[in-house]
Amino acid sequence: MVSVKPVIDVAISGWGSYIPMYRIAVEEIARVWGKSPKHFREELLIDEKAVAGIDEDVATISVEASKNALGRAGLSPKELGAVFVGSESKPYAVKPTGTIVAEAIGATPRVLSADMEFACKAGTECLQCCIGLVGSGMINYGLAIGADTAQGAPADPLEYSAGCGGTALIVGRKDKEKEPVAILEGSVSYVTDTPDFWRRQKRDYPSHAEAFTGEPAYFTHTISATKLLLDELSLNPTDFKYAVFHQPNGKFPLRAAKILGFKKEQVEPGLLVPYIGNLYAGSSITGFSAILDVAMPGDRVLLVSFGSGAGSDAFSFVVQEGARTKRDMASKVMDYIKRKQNIDYAIYAKFRKKIVI
Amino acid sequence: MSVPRYWREIPERSRLEASKCATCGNVIYPNRARCAKCGSDSIEPYRLPERGKLLTFTVVRNPPRGFEKMAPFVLGIIELEDGSRLMTQITDVMPGEVTIGMPLEAVLRKVSEDGDSGIIEYAIKFRPTF
Ligand SMILES: [Zn+2]
Repeated sequence: MVSVKPVIDVAISGWGSYIPMYRIAVEEIARVWGKSPKHFREELLIDEKAVAGIDEDVATISVEASKNALGRAGLSPKELGAVFVGSESKPYAVKPTGTIVAEAIGATPRVLSADMEFACKAGTECLQCCIGLVGSGMINYGLAIGADTAQGAPADPLEYSAGCGGTALIVGRKDKEKEPVAILEGSVSYVTDTPDFWRRQKRDYPSHAEAFTGEPAYFTHTISATKLLLDELSLNPTDFKYAVFHQPNGKFPLRAAKILGFKKEQVEPGLLVPYIGNLYAGSSITGFSAILDVAMPGDRVLLVSFGSGAGSDAFSFVVQEGARTKRDMASKVMDYIKRKQNIDYAIYAKFRKKIVI
Repeated sequence: MSVPRYWREIPERSRLEASKCATCGNVIYPNRARCAKCGSDSIEPYRLPERGKLLTFTVVRNPPRGFEKMAPFVLGIIELEDGSRLMTQITDVMPGEVTIGMPLEAVLRKVSEDGDSGIIEYAIKFRPTF
């Protein structure tokens, strides 16, 4: 028999995010390529995107997000039984990011660590794995990270949205957690072989199948996974206070929400893409992190990722008192969004290694 | 930096793991087998605080080899909360906005990359307190 949750109930014990301070506005990118920013700002609802500084990458983003999560969880890093990093912009092609992060936060050596890859879904995959390991009793705490410093090719439509940042979630046992942040009600995955977006070996930038990225990819998987979970848990959209969907732009999650019967008010508090762009593997879970920054005990939250290739993971959580008591123990998503410095395309090109020295 | 040396120094570079002389209390960083102040070899592990303030700084515009892409960058001497001092890069700030006395906090950042095929080196830098 399959189940939507593990034999031991699990909870979120801590959460933390990190967003680099630099921003580039869609107007600045459009200026360089002689395009109108109107489509990006008005239809895709992106004002600007977060850009990693020259000394930042997925490892450094993951470390700060993880330290924030550990601080809120009140845990020693040695208590972590697993450290998973989900990303499509790994610093090394071969060498785990997970070990760099685990070492820097002080979780080594008795820890399971690995990197996950599934385009923008890699972060919630890490979450699924931690739920399974904690929920089976093999480990007490697992750290799940989704982070990216995604790049779109210069002048490609993706260049306007591909942002940088990420989130770390600590999964613990409900029965051992004194102050749970949110309790998992259930999760499901829905995947098919759909070639909507990919990057071949030795290529710097991804390729995508234009219009194909919408209906058969994003909407089919997001909607199917959500319906499957609601069905399994006998829940309706009205049972949720908040819903977070993957955010490649502002238009897609709002449309998916509408099709599923969720209201704009349920989606908007976790909709961060207008300010920081698409964080890829960090996108939906950073939206979830922003919800945990403001949610109240009893609030039910839907989290649905989407990754090209393609698939969605859907989760239902009920927020607990711990969210309120722990939120001020680390910088919040909105603190990072407000800490910003706008840069021009020249500095952006330098930071993102588009200038070859 | 050689790979073995980078690997050996990970605890002090990425977790600020220093040591303290059990005889005279001197904080030792980078780590050494003997206290430079009193000569004692009775050394205990000690974790440096992650916050401090900027004592003095310089802006590096002509960087040494391997750091070209990072220029211009700020190199500062920081006084940590326990009074110990260390020299490191100051990040997330434009050179013109650095001021002596500004409160700083530790963050892990990339220091350099050994070309396209070598290792990526990470270490603690400091940034203006969030
Ligand atoms: Zn001494």
